[in-house]
Amino acid sequence: MPKFTLNGRAVEAAEGQTILDVARDQGFYIPSLCYHPKVGQSGMCRVCAVEVEGARGLVMSCITPVTEGMVVTTESPRLLEVRRTIVDMLLSEGEHDCLACEMCGECELQDAAYRLGIERASMVMDKPSLEVDASHPMLVRNPNRCIHCYRCIKGCNNTVVNEVLDMGYRGIQSLVVADQNVPLAESSCVSCGECVQLCPTGALIGKKSIGTGRVWNLEKVRTTCPYCGVGCQMWLHVDRARNRVVKVTGDEEGAPNQGMLCVKGRFGFDFPASDKRLTMPLIRKNGVHEPVSWEEALDFTAQRLKEIREQYGADTISAISSSRDVNENNYAAMKFMRAVIGTNNIDNCART
Amino acid sequence: MTNSIREIEDARLLFVIGSNTTEAHPVISYYMKRAVKKGATLIVCDPRRIDLVRWATHHVQHRVGTDVALLNGLMNEIIARGWADKTFIEQHTENYEELARMVAAYPLERAAEITGVDAGQLREIARIIATTKPMGLYYTLGITEHTCGTDNVMTCANLQMLLGNMGRPSTGVNPLRGQNNVQGACDMGSLPNIYQNYQRVDNPAVIEKFKKGWKVDRLPEKPGLTIPDMFSGMLDGRTRAFICHGENVVMSEPNEAHTIRCLEALDFLVVLDIFPNQTTPYADVIFPCACWSEQDGTFTNTERRVQRVRKVVEPPGESREAWWIYAELARRLGYDMEFESAHEVWEDMRRLGTGYAGITWERIEERGIQWPAPTTRHPGTAYLHKDGNFARGKGKFMPADWRPPAETPDEEYPFTLSTGRRLWHYHTGTQTRNCVGFNELFGEELVEVSPQDARDLKIRDGDYVWVVSRRGRVKMKAWVTERSPKGVLWSSFHFHEAHINVVTNNAFDPVTQTAEYKACAARLEKA
Repeated sequence: MPKFTLNGRAVEAAEGQTILDVARDQGFYIPSLCYHPKVGQSGMCRVCAVEVEGARGLVMSCITPVTEGMVVTTESPRLLEVRRTIVDMLLSEGEHDCLACEMCGECELQDAAYRLGIERASMVMDKPSLEVDASHPMLVRNPNRCIHCYRCIKGCNNTVVNEVLDMGYRGIQSLVVADQNVPLAESSCVSCGECVQLCPTGALIGKKSIGTGRVWNLEKVRTTCPYCGVGCQMWLHVDRARNRVVKVTGDEEGAPNQGMLCVKGRFGFDFPASDKRLTMPLIRKNGVHEPVSWEEALDFTAQRLKEIREQYGADTISAISSSRDVNENNYAAMKFMRAVIGTNNIDNCART
Repeated sequence: MTNSIREIEDARLLFVIGSNTTEAHPVISYYMKRAVKKGATLIVCDPRRIDLVRWATHHVQHRVGTDVALLNGLMNEIIARGWADKTFIEQHTENYEELARMVAAYPLERAAEITGVDAGQLREIARIIATTKPMGLYYTLGITEHTCGTDNVMTCANLQMLLGNMGRPSTGVNPLRGQNNVQGACDMGSLPNIYQNYQRVDNPAVIEKFKKGWKVDRLPEKPGLTIPDMFSGMLDGRTRAFICHGENVVMSEPNEAHTIRCLEALDFLVVLDIFPNQTTPYADVIFPCACWSEQDGTFTNTERRVQRVRKVVEPPGESREAWWIYAELARRLGYDMEFESAHEVWEDMRRLGTGYAGITWERIEERGIQWPAPTTRHPGTAYLHKDGNFARGKGKFMPADWRPPAETPDEEYPFTLSTGRRLWHYHTGTQTRNCVGFNELFGEELVEVSPQDARDLKIRDGDYVWVVSRRGRVKMKAWVTERSPKGVLWSSFHFHEAHINVVTNNAFDPVTQTAEYKACAARLEKA
């Protein structure tokens, strides 16, 4: 457990912990655009530079483990100048139009620029706009907002191991490509959206969430995915005023999925808002389903069940409950059949 | 699962049989592929060249429905070579002699003949699985959806016990459950023979407990009917009324014509659901229900982890939670269910539960807990049968003899048709097909056919064909692909417009009553 000095404060780090991790635990802001805890150490973007006494030059805090007796400064005029220059160049190289960008308010590049007091890029790059890839039903890829941090590539190849994205071309022409640089819709992409989850800017975004609300308009609530049996933990981004879930992100904090999702979990959140839903109790009258009040539907059903039980016995009534529904509703179904109807004829679709 | 999802990444060997993991459980496949990146061996046993094979070190392409022969053959070789874990067998298991006797009838040559797998490959696989530990075994419906499904599962367990791969991290027998709350629905006692937490309905002590707990004078003492029996009862008057809650049975049950005939014979059909679907037309009463994101509650995942589900939006129109509907019906039938919120339902369940007794909503506010957690201080259970201490005492080998599927190819129906799920859709499509974008990702059902068979039948990729069985015929587009081996057709049940359960076989495993969705005889005709 190395002890060291962080901005004049005596601090203890866990074995192998990086300067960046400890500094963040201690509440210090250091921007980091290529590093993300899930994709591991990177050291490419250089904005997490810090000063370490006795070190030659600046030290990248995201790749440097704390050692005993280290004396670290995370903010100084020199560091701010370095970070400002880097962020300024990143802003100059791309088209970072926060007004139009879906990620405004959640963008790590925007945050860094804001913290560093940069209002707009100071340099003009003579570089043509790149084509936005909106071919895919779920994802939009805008390479003009890409800062070449490699997070999406590492996520795609190492985290979810779908092995679709890579860096193509060289130098200033470097471009994140899918397969052999084909549009996403034609690629082998399985739409898991891990790249969207990891992107620090608005270069990769979920198409269905575009224009549905800024981060400060939405409430975040944790829940469990309604699809397969993995039970992924996810955040619902909810527009309370419109009574709608508008986006889903993976919960990075632990079991079972560590923030990873699949196409259904990440993008299959809007079926509850479909206008095809059943909205009223219905009773068949003269061969047609007619809307009725709950009172009428419940009275009628209870009466029919009572008649059938009296005439033929409880065991002629059967029920199946749903393995897509919550535990509580399944328990209520089985209690109803056993305690109220008086039969064990209750099953669920796990069987078939 | 006996073990946990997060342990997958640390297995040295992954034995995946009958699981199209990248499509049916994508997030679990990520962990499997990560394990491979860390140097683990991945053995995929599947008749089809599924996407996971791309990451596999070995692909065992056995014939559909020959899992027992395959595994018995491997066990034969393991025992013959002296590779079985004798200490584990002696200390923690019983009935080993029976197993040894059974698998003695499966020398590799015979296993090879039944499965169509080269004996040399079987020999190599036996050596690898016997010498690489820990090994986790993972299966899905490719194991269970057979008339020999129970035998398949038992044989998987036999293999893991023979190798001592039980009761330790990254080992075990791990079914990957297909739906979000299959595990929970069963744990809740929504089965004909048990109350919650597998308390048997024919146990007098349990009956007494529930009579007192639920304040009722009597409870039924004989196990009830399973779904296939409920349906066959509709045709002979044994089943008069049916409550169908959240399952689109016309599409999800095998042999659609049979299902419809059964529903039409009912005196009274009640449907609780969220969308009009292929089953609602037969209903006398339809109750509109609240769904995911519109109600509070819990799901239990495939690793037994109980996790919260939260209400964030109001349900549409007059839709209500199903527990409220049951409570209101109960009141009209003279019984007070004694709950007025989902949380109160949970508490009612918990107070009479066992493995769930220690799991309160408060405890799982942040993170789920894996049952069994019998007390509110119990941390939950990451893996079962710790150190070989099985729930029943000793683990019992349950040897099984191989038998073919109920229906096998013949001259008239020369193909084996197998069905399953695709990445892009879920079940009968009521969820994914009502979401924006999924129909663009995958908008039409396809029947997968091997290039060789397509050539023989002069079918081109994208041609419309009829898939025909003894039960019916369905028209869909052909996908000529190496995913299918010669003689095997494959399709999913997501699209009502091209609905494969028109042709599947309503033959069931005698114990579990699970249908043989994975094998029936069929032929292809050009449309």
